[in-house]
Amino acid sequence: MNELSWQKEHNKTDLFPKMEALQQLALNDSGFVFDPVNGRSFTANSIGLFLLKTLQKGADLDALLTIVVDEFDVDMRTAERDITEFAGQLRKLLA
Amino acid sequence: MSDSPMIVAVTGMNCQPENPGPGLAVVRSLRQEFGASIRIIGLSYDVLDAGLYLNEFCDAAYLLPYPSAGEQPLLQRLEQIQQQEGMTILIPCLDAELLNFIRLKDQLLAVGVHMVLPTREQLLQRNKDRLDVLAAKADIRYPESKNISHNDFFYHCHDEGWRYPMVVKGLFYDAKVVYTPDEGAAAFRSIAAEWGLPVLVQRYAKGHEVNLVALGDGQGEMIGAVMMRKKAVTDKGKAWAAITIHDPHLEETARKLIKELRWSGPLEVEILKEESGQYLLIEINPRFPAWVYLATEAGVNLPAALVRMMQGEELTLAEPETGKMMIRYAQETVIDLKTFESMMMSGMHVPL
Repeated sequence: MNELSWQKEHNKTDLFPKMEALQQLALNDSGFVFDPVNGRSFTANSIGLFLLKTLQKGADLDALLTIVVDEFDVDMRTAERDITEFAGQLRKLLA
Repeated sequence: MSDSPMIVAVTGMNCQPENPGPGLAVVRSLRQEFGASIRIIGLSYDVLDAGLYLNEFCDAAYLLPYPSAGEQPLLQRLEQIQQQEGMTILIPCLDAELLNFIRLKDQLLAVGVHMVLPTREQLLQRNKDRLDVLAAKADIRYPESKNISHNDFFYHCHDEGWRYPMVVKGLFYDAKVVYTPDEGAAAFRSIAAEWGLPVLVQRYAKGHEVNLVALGDGQGEMIGAVMMRKKAVTDKGKAWAAITIHDPHLEETARKLIKELRWSGPLEVEILKEESGQYLLIEINPRFPAWVYLATEAGVNLPAALVRMMQGEELTLAEPETGKMMIRYAQETVIDLKTFESMMMSGMHVPL
């Protein structure tokens, strides 16, 4: 089986935007998200918001995968796929 | 100076929706800070400049001769207004008038009118036709630009390695993105007719604009920076909607420019953030921008800070709040014929 992007050690730290950028995000329980550095605002669904709040607390990818599998009743492979897609969108939005 | 009554004159009261002057935002900020304890004199150039008639912001309003008339007619007119109003501070808000005010600084000071202005050399250093030199000195990226004085350029520019689209800019105002030689030539004609020669052409870069407004203390320090991202623009590229941000890279760029220029007074730094994340210096405007009231609402009243600075007060400015958003709108003001007649015939409107 091919190694997925987050399984490569050098990519683990690049998957999400920098912690500093994540911690600056203003999150509202309505799902409204504002980036005070680039001025962009966007919306996240409840799972996206949960991921952002967890990332802001300092969770790394492994911790995030464990939490998502436990909390949302999904298998590891589905969680990995969804988190990778989410991280890609986040990188674009915070660029 | 601190014992003098606070009577402040502000220029740039034009309010065209697509390209409003900064004057109204400046007087609105001053009124918000000082209330009835300030007398505000609105100054402008055209009888239809709506800001002249907004009595909630201007206690009196006067017309000035157009900057193209030169500094002597301007001096005479300001001396007349000074005799009538006794203003102690004047805040020029338009690029095209600044050279005249710089030349008149000492003469106006002699009659009691104080201004905080850059020197002539500082002003010229940030002119669009010299900005590449300043950008290189401050180690800031700047899009390739060229001064042109004939529209032939647009039909032969490919020989010099230029490709469409490109941006055509006036020396003081106006910028148009053009996609063909004919569009380029038309933009050249219209900009040259309004703002004179040279006209600038600039490489087109994709991205979004982030701007910063601040004061320079004349010693190289930046005071009270507020940053915003444009969310929507008018046909002339002016902010129609904007949101305050805190972009450390933009802040550092502005700090370097102010240090290099040893800038004195208000200024606006315009930067294009490219899709690649890189920053390009677009312009430095030597005055408050029309969006300065957004900075006031974000907690940093820079026009009031300028007035306090001129009165010798110590400034204590708050950190601006990010996420404050402005959405500009157009509104009518209704005046009676007598008011219009007074402005037409004597160039003044002094409500009782």
